[in-house]
Amino acid sequence: MGVHDRDLNKSPHVSDEVRKTTCYMCACRCGINVHIRKGEDGQPKVRYIEGNRDHPVNKGVLCAKGSAGIMQHYSPARLNKPLLRVGERGKGEFKEIEWEEALQLATKWLEKPRQEDPRKLAFFTGRDQSQSMTGWWAQQYGTPNFAAHGGFCSVNMAAGGIYTFGGAFWEFGSPDWSNTELFMIFGVAEDHDSNPIKLGLAEVKRRGKKIIGVNPVRTGYNAVADEWVGITPGMDGLFILALIHELLKMGKVDLDYLLRYTNAAYLVIDNPGGADHGLFARDKAGDILVMDRKTGKAAKHSKKGVKPALQGECKYARGKVARPVFQLLAEKYMSDDFSPENVTERTGVPVSQIKRIAQDLAEAAFEKEIVIDQPWVDMKGEKHDKMIGRPVSFHAMRGISAHSNGFQTCRALHLLQILLGSIDCPGGFRFKPPYPRPVPAQPKPHGFAVAGKPLAGPPLGMPRGPEDLLLEEDGVTPQRIDRAYSWDAPLSAHGMMHMVISNAHAGDPYHVDVLFMYMANMSWNSSMNSRGVMQMLEDKDENGDYVIPKIIYSDAYNSEMVAYADLVLPDTTYLERHDCISLLDRPICEPDVMADSIRWPVVDPATQAEGRDVRGFQSVLIELGARLGLPGMTNEDGTAKFKDYADYMANHERKPGVGPLAGFRGKDGKSHGRGEPNPNQIDAYIENGGFFEAHVPENAKYFKHANQHWQDWAVEMGLQDGPVENVFNLYHEALAKFQLCADGKMEPVAPETHKERIKTCFDPLPTWYPPFEGEGIDEADYPYHALTQRPAAMYHSWGSQNAWLRQIHGANPLYVPGAICEAVGLEDGDWAEISSHHGAIKVPVKRMDAVNVNTMWTWNAIGKRSGAWNLDPDAPEAKKGFLLNHLIHELLPPKSDGMRWSNSDPVTGQAAWFDLRVNIKKASDQTGPTAPQFPAQKKTKVAPVNIEYGKEWN
Amino acid sequence: MTSLPTETTGKKLGLVIDLDTCVGCHACVVNCKEWNTGGYGAPLSDLDAYGADPVGSWLNRIHTFEVTPEDAPAQIVHFPKSCLHCDDAPCVTVCPTGASYKRGEDGIVLVDEDMCIGCGLCAWACPYGAREMDPVENVMKKCTLCVDRIYNDNLPEEDRVPACVRTCPAEARHFGDLGDPNSDVSKLVAERGGMDLMPEQGTKPVNKYLPPRPKTAAAVEPKETKTKKLDSKGFLGWLDKTLEKL
Amino acid sequence: MHPALSVIFFTVTSGAGFGFLAMIGLGVPLPESGIGAFVACLIAGGLAVAGLISSTFHLGHPERAWRAFSQWRSSWLSREGVLAVFTLLVFALYAFGWVFYGVRSSALGILLFLGSVATVFATAMIYAQLKTVPSWNNTLTPVCYLLFALASGVLLAGSFGFWKEVGSISIALVALVAVGAAWVCKLLWWNSVANDTLAARGSSPDTATGLGFIGKVRLLEKPHSGENYLTKEMVHQVGRKHANKLRMISLFLGAIIPLALCLIVLVTSAPNHLLALAFVSLLAGLFVERWLFFAEAKHAVSLYY
Repeated sequence: MGVHDRDLNKSPHVSDEVRKTTCYMCACRCGINVHIRKGEDGQPKVRYIEGNRDHPVNKGVLCAKGSAGIMQHYSPARLNKPLLRVGERGKGEFKEIEWEEALQLATKWLEKPRQEDPRKLAFFTGRDQSQSMTGWWAQQYGTPNFAAHGGFCSVNMAAGGIYTFGGAFWEFGSPDWSNTELFMIFGVAEDHDSNPIKLGLAEVKRRGKKIIGVNPVRTGYNAVADEWVGITPGMDGLFILALIHELLKMGKVDLDYLLRYTNAAYLVIDNPGGADHGLFARDKAGDILVMDRKTGKAAKHSKKGVKPALQGECKYARGKVARPVFQLLAEKYMSDDFSPENVTERTGVPVSQIKRIAQDLAEAAFEKEIVIDQPWVDMKGEKHDKMIGRPVSFHAMRGISAHSNGFQTCRALHLLQILLGSIDCPGGFRFKPPYPRPVPAQPKPHGFAVAGKPLAGPPLGMPRGPEDLLLEEDGVTPQRIDRAYSWDAPLSAHGMMHMVISNAHAGDPYHVDVLFMYMANMSWNSSMNSRGVMQMLEDKDENGDYVIPKIIYSDAYNSEMVAYADLVLPDTTYLERHDCISLLDRPICEPDVMADSIRWPVVDPATQAEGRDVRGFQSVLIELGARLGLPGMTNEDGTAKFKDYADYMANHERKPGVGPLAGFRGKDGKSHGRGEPNPNQIDAYIENGGFFEAHVPENAKYFKHANQHWQDWAVEMGLQDGPVENVFNLYHEALAKFQLCADGKMEPVAPETHKERIKTCFDPLPTWYPPFEGEGIDEADYPYHALTQRPAAMYHSWGSQNAWLRQIHGANPLYVPGAICEAVGLEDGDWAEISSHHGAIKVPVKRMDAVNVNTMWTWNAIGKRSGAWNLDPDAPEAKKGFLLNHLIHELLPPKSDGMRWSNSDPVTGQAAWFDLRVNIKKASDQTGPTAPQFPAQKKTKVAPVNIEYGKEWN
Repeated sequence: MTSLPTETTGKKLGLVIDLDTCVGCHACVVNCKEWNTGGYGAPLSDLDAYGADPVGSWLNRIHTFEVTPEDAPAQIVHFPKSCLHCDDAPCVTVCPTGASYKRGEDGIVLVDEDMCIGCGLCAWACPYGAREMDPVENVMKKCTLCVDRIYNDNLPEEDRVPACVRTCPAEARHFGDLGDPNSDVSKLVAERGGMDLMPEQGTKPVNKYLPPRPKTAAAVEPKETKTKKLDSKGFLGWLDKTLEKL
Repeated sequence: MHPALSVIFFTVTSGAGFGFLAMIGLGVPLPESGIGAFVACLIAGGLAVAGLISSTFHLGHPERAWRAFSQWRSSWLSREGVLAVFTLLVFALYAFGWVFYGVRSSALGILLFLGSVATVFATAMIYAQLKTVPSWNNTLTPVCYLLFALASGVLLAGSFGFWKEVGSISIALVALVAVGAAWVCKLLWWNSVANDTLAARGSSPDTATGLGFIGKVRLLEKPHSGENYLTKEMVHQVGRKHANKLRMISLFLGAIIPLALCLIVLVTSAPNHLLALAFVSLLAGLFVERWLFFAEAKHAVSLYY
């Protein structure tokens, strides 16, 4: 038989055209090449989607979700027409209406609250990737009640980072993959920044450097980690502080770094019971003081040549005593409370492992120092001829943040980074433009709604202290429906979307008129206590009217939430829409690259299905804004200012010269960062592969928090308007202020109910306290922890109905540690009843040993309501899949006084999903389906039985 | 003719899969499906795609194994698996029609689907589960090593690699000529102790698997260090001394 | 392995058909011509053809079945097809002479015998060649297939009442020995395969994954949460209790009853036609035996699931 034996076309035609846009299968926002080929009906059809090699985020690779985009785009669950509810809420009974009718109705519903009380509109946008626009819309409308899903996702990570060092992981920073000597990843982290982290892990592996995974569950990234720390959930902070304890005991902290970039030397007033206790000592001009090492006297921290002390006591004014932050810090963390021996039991981490990892960290940071021959000048004007790095890097995301102690845990992790001197240095953590952006450079939250008027500023922001809370005149009642920026959660920078429906239902702090939501599956996997939320949406008052009177919802698919809407605005798929991934919003930059990108309709919806009549949500919002006559969206003559979202993207200016897109500005498209609007900007983006990038200058690549070159470049590119001082807050003074409010020493005084909690949880130094749910129950009743994580193939995706992905994850067992299986008598395939303080569910179990001995877990958001997403009512998602959400209440178990706190972090309001405590027993009935079950949601369309995608091209 | 090729070029194209870095994300699995459903041969169909029992054909799948050492906690290994393009491919010789064949020029094992009667015997002969009958088209589907990509003049040169390799975010998949001892893939195999799956089956797989690197167990004690542990007094001394130098 | 009805039916009936054809080829006494010969031919050919047709139901593309004749040099399945068609063509000639002219050509007969035996052997080799299924990959597999085919043939041939003895040995005794020998072989096979597992051949999840050097390997998650072609086709689980019960049933129907009937014919004056009943019972037993042959077979792919 010969070498060349068969006829085979080795160069078949691939596609007619490649269109480059941005993926939206999750929050990663990778660049994609969409291959378009003519289909059987002569219309353009998607042949193949691959990663864009030139794109800064994914550099050509693409994950399972991105590759399943075809099935997402052609999903039979797509909505094709505006829908008006005809049956009762929850059933999914609708009639199709025309867009004009839908827009008129929506305008009418929205007009009334705007004229009477704008707070009566609650506008929450779930997995929104256009928050700079939707937030701006809310501001123009005048309601403070706006947020996206950060509050139930990872706000602790974002707020913990920004309050501590003006950055955070994922969108605002990343490990220096190509220089790091040791990389440590905490908790569920597969679900943010997925492709860049995988690329980074590969690089670290290729370079033969060590990866340590800290996670109760040893899957995903923890499976490839060289060492696994099988920690008990909620104990990460304790573990980190034990590492700090060890590092201090070894004397392995970077004092030079601390002196240069942090408030380690700031003097903290020691005046227990006084109104200034815990605040920084200041001189009369308000300048913060340090203690001069030589003289022992107080001096301005900014005074040239002063060598500040890190320990001791300073009598800085008559009878006033203050001590350096570092002294307080060393006292706190060197105490036996944080010794490995004392934390090992709670954390589940052996003493040997804590000590060894502390050694590894110290060794990597101080013995494997990296030096890059790159001169640079710092903000004080000091010239450095080298960039010296402490090559230890970290990443964490939802795992450590979704606890009621998450904010402090995230702070603790950043404290560890800072003590090692590894923030924005070679081999450490690196800021991504436009970060660093510390709190003073962030907007404040805005409330104080006035009928018919816009808010004075954006609804969401970063409070500087108690003075920025959004409270009514009584100093207690929250202004916002979700109780964000109130005593419940003073620093709730992302809002608290998970509380909106239950608060609106309870009328606490008030009832709303219209609930307007986008891409937020609140009646299912995006709520705690899903069954309860469904009931709240269905509930009627004594007049027979719904307690939440009007619900407008926009989604591309027939999700569980669609069934609860009164008016449904059908959104496009991601291949049919305009979008901008803006620097004003949640950027896609990499440490070396400032970048933004667009989506554009690579296919026209009208060609993508019979009778398909859908509009991108942002375009609809702009049209509604114009119909309502909102400022910024309306011309003086009352006509619409923007034709659609694409028009807004190119022509809106947030401030002169700065708009949603940074690239190709100016009339000629040659200005970047700043410049007049360019009418052809979108075409320029398309031409450039769907994105824009500008490279950070070599001398600005590191130490951006204190780098003159960076500041200059950032100002030039429109990222900031002037230099921003960024002092890393080892000790956070704002937290001390809240403690003073709790002590009644500072206005506004915290209400009696909150005092104790604020005193405990608002420690100005990162701390650890037990997660709340575990404190509210009897551990004997609920001895185990239960967690969820999203599988890599489904993370953050709106893709549960995806024909390909649902074959991979169409059902989810509960993974139970072997020892618990043996104790309870469970084997693979058995059915178990899992109970929490809130309820019980019935689930199939699977034994697993690579997991913390007290922790069971499952894949999240696989379970579907029967009939939802136009799947067969008997789909495995409905019958063999389940949600842990049914066990989690949005409120904690009642306290002795009957008070029920929100199941959230007391600082940021982050939903504490991972605090869940459970018990398990073998179910009495060993047959399926999973419980609870709900009546089938009506399908909007009958799905095809079989798929033979691409047959016409074979 | 379903005998194995008697004349070959010595070229053995195949994959090297790194079990040390695969995070089990299924990117390769889905991108493979996506490329191939519109590519070589019949589409990769999905039966009952939105129903109670969806079953489709796939050319690459990822298993997840739990491996428990005697003296350390259990660990997880993600395990991608597709056709290994065996030198001694039993799936080829059992084929009654000649549809299944191994190319002499590069060793790729292919199915000429127009000749396939869908008897399934080749799938039975394969110990690895590398072949799947398409549930709608009823022909045998298998990994083609993207033979319609790797030589395709319509694609940019850098893209002429299998779809799974191009898309893998974790660099866990490498493509090349395992017949050439100097190729990058062969060197990788030599360096990392690349292994055959089920060598006892005598199939001589071309694809190799790189084993996971050893893990550090939690119980490993910290090494004795020169650094003396500081008590609070010693700490202050250290602090002063260190600050002196700054 | 998935016990597909079409394949069970195919191996059992074509085995019986070719077994009977082998007897015909040997020239054992049967109706001399006409209707009697036609009926014999119809039964023999019918069983063989029905089996072959049934086997095409197992194909994804039966309309392309003709292509299977091409690869006889390397493929046992192809050989089986070629041999079956060749044998049936020989039989067509043989039957023509026999039914219409009462002529049973011994030259054709020998070809028919050899062809039939070879066909059944080829059928068995389709399974026996597969290293992936240790229980099939056994020298006794073709022996069992051949002995069951011949026993079926002897019972069928004998049941016409013309073939009374071989030499001086009563046909009932011959049948008894044939059926007995086949089951003895099967028992030996069961005994042999009980220990000839994947593990015995050195295959395990450890070798399948290459991860055995780390520790004990166990599947945590299948690649897809639902079933797939491989799990449906090759990862069939039968409970041990269930299997034992089915073995008893197959032995009862396939061995005890036929042997008892042979014995009755042998020791009483019951007519040889009773052997037809023994054949039917044997066939029923063989359906169960064949179901187990597939269902109990462990394929190497199962090591991955």
